[in-house]
Amino acid sequence: MSRIEAEVGKPQGGFIKWIDDRFPMTSTLKYHVTEYYASKNFNWWYVFGVLAMVVLVIQLVTGIFLTMNYKPSAAEAFASVEYIMRDVEWGWLIRYMHSTGASFFFIVVYLHMFRAMLYGSYKKPRELIWLIGMLIFLVLMAEAFAGYLLPWGQMSYWGAQVIISLFGAIPVVGDALVEIIRGDYSISDITLNRFFALHVIVLPLALIGLIFVHIVALHEVGSNNPDGIEIKKNKGPDGVPLDGVPFHPHHTSKDLVGIIVFLMIFSSVVFFAPDMGGYFLEHANFEPANPTATPEHIAPVWYFTPYYAILRAVPDKFWGFVLFALAVILPIFLPWLDRARVRSIRYRGWMYKTALSVFVITFFALLWLGLAPAEGLYVILARIFSVLYFAFFLLMPYYTSIDKTKPVPDRVVYHG
Amino acid sequence: MTEDDLDRNRRHFLTVATVTTGVIGAGLVAIPFISSLKPSARAQALGAPVEVPIGSMQPGEMVRVLWRGKLVFVLRRTEDMLAKLPEGLDKLRDPDSTEFPDHQPDYAANDTRSVKPEYLVVEGSCTHLGCAPLEDFEVRPAEGWGGGFFCPCHGSKFDLAGRVYSGVPAPSNLRVPPHRFVRDDLILIGQDTGAA
Repeated sequence: MSRIEAEVGKPQGGFIKWIDDRFPMTSTLKYHVTEYYASKNFNWWYVFGVLAMVVLVIQLVTGIFLTMNYKPSAAEAFASVEYIMRDVEWGWLIRYMHSTGASFFFIVVYLHMFRAMLYGSYKKPRELIWLIGMLIFLVLMAEAFAGYLLPWGQMSYWGAQVIISLFGAIPVVGDALVEIIRGDYSISDITLNRFFALHVIVLPLALIGLIFVHIVALHEVGSNNPDGIEIKKNKGPDGVPLDGVPFHPHHTSKDLVGIIVFLMIFSSVVFFAPDMGGYFLEHANFEPANPTATPEHIAPVWYFTPYYAILRAVPDKFWGFVLFALAVILPIFLPWLDRARVRSIRYRGWMYKTALSVFVITFFALLWLGLAPAEGLYVILARIFSVLYFAFFLLMPYYTSIDKTKPVPDRVVYHG
Repeated sequence: MTEDDLDRNRRHFLTVATVTTGVIGAGLVAIPFISSLKPSARAQALGAPVEVPIGSMQPGEMVRVLWRGKLVFVLRRTEDMLAKLPEGLDKLRDPDSTEFPDHQPDYAANDTRSVKPEYLVVEGSCTHLGCAPLEDFEVRPAEGWGGGFFCPCHGSKFDLAGRVYSGVPAPSNLRVPPHRFVRDDLILIGQDTGAA
């Protein structure tokens, strides 16, 4: 049979065309993957978005398997986690992957956000991407907080007690709000049950929806790059940006290297230091929740401590809450606080470079101070660094508008 | 129908009426869902009053009980403790318990914040962020500490009547739950109808 004969009577275009006539498969793949052009000079800072997706998948998969053995009730929760750790085959691995994944989620997301601050990725026309990203960050915080109550250990209980009580600082509606969050007069079985619902359904759904919108918005305007140049301004005769390369296979294969390195580090923690010396899993949480005794030293998990340090630095309940909330929310306004004409730190002046360096030190200092007891010198330091934290954002319109910037090249450049 | 035939006022009215009805409907449907988040009938029933026998309590002894899942301290104060209560009132934020009248029932809005001066009944929940304060009854005049409660979370301090010190994060005195003496040796916490 000749080739020509074989094609007679065959539907034109085959299976792919059959699908494409009914669903935009090929065009979507082209738009988002094989013909999505991102700058060719991406450096390693650009791997954290993909890594956040990897951690999300780890959390979703391990989370689903944990729910198959976990019991969301005050009487059984603590024991069911021990059951997972001891009696379920490979249960310890699944649980440690999930608990380590929580911390790594924040490491990766903080670095992803820092990348945006380095290269001005939040600046016009990418304000909405940043805004959606900040919403993702807020949902992620709520997700982590709800998840931390589930093992029903001492730190779960008292951490939730402190954070839920924060809402009591809101005038007038505070107390009623706290009661609706808890569903009881204290943190109880009822609270645990609803936090489980939030942790496994409500917040993950919100997270996935927001991430989808985050990426759609990104692909509409295109990725930024370490030079902060619009690569779409320099297109070849074929309409393809001269400095762009298709996301697949170029960036995907590079990201794969990042993913492998990430998984090596991640596995090392999972297997050799799952509690990370009390930072990823706090030691007080190996004791079941006891409503009659607060642990001597109570601190949230490390990823919340920068904000917690600010809360504790204020010797007043209401204003402590206000500054705490402000510290979390302020980065949302970065696209409008930053008045610089250039995006990337490569072409910014000494002022922004200094401010950003001080901010990094401040963030780590607050992170450490939030873990330290609230006494003596620690409180004074926390106050100093809180002022620096707010100064970075509130003075930004000033120092970014007078900062002397360097000329930005037309095409992307390579360093090293 | 042409453009001219359109009754724009009528169309506008119908649009507004439809949207308004929809919003009101959605608002009404939200009521059962939000109400389901409030403490249920069982949670309310479990919040029933608890009895605390105090017959065998020695002066200076404190017991911890749970009422509505909340920690409550019952302290039998010594003569010495009571005698020291009026001292150092200037260090307290609200020594007369007038700033937050809902923090104690009327019958405990007095100098000792109690029904019977000997027995202090307060919620063991720091008014800052809800940690359980630790008792520290040892008097250390050098530190200006006359004995009382200390919150390990954020360093709030309260005296032996649960009154908050100035300059600490807690904004108000420890709450006094509704309670009454059923007999001389039995306190009922959570209910105060009848003789207080």
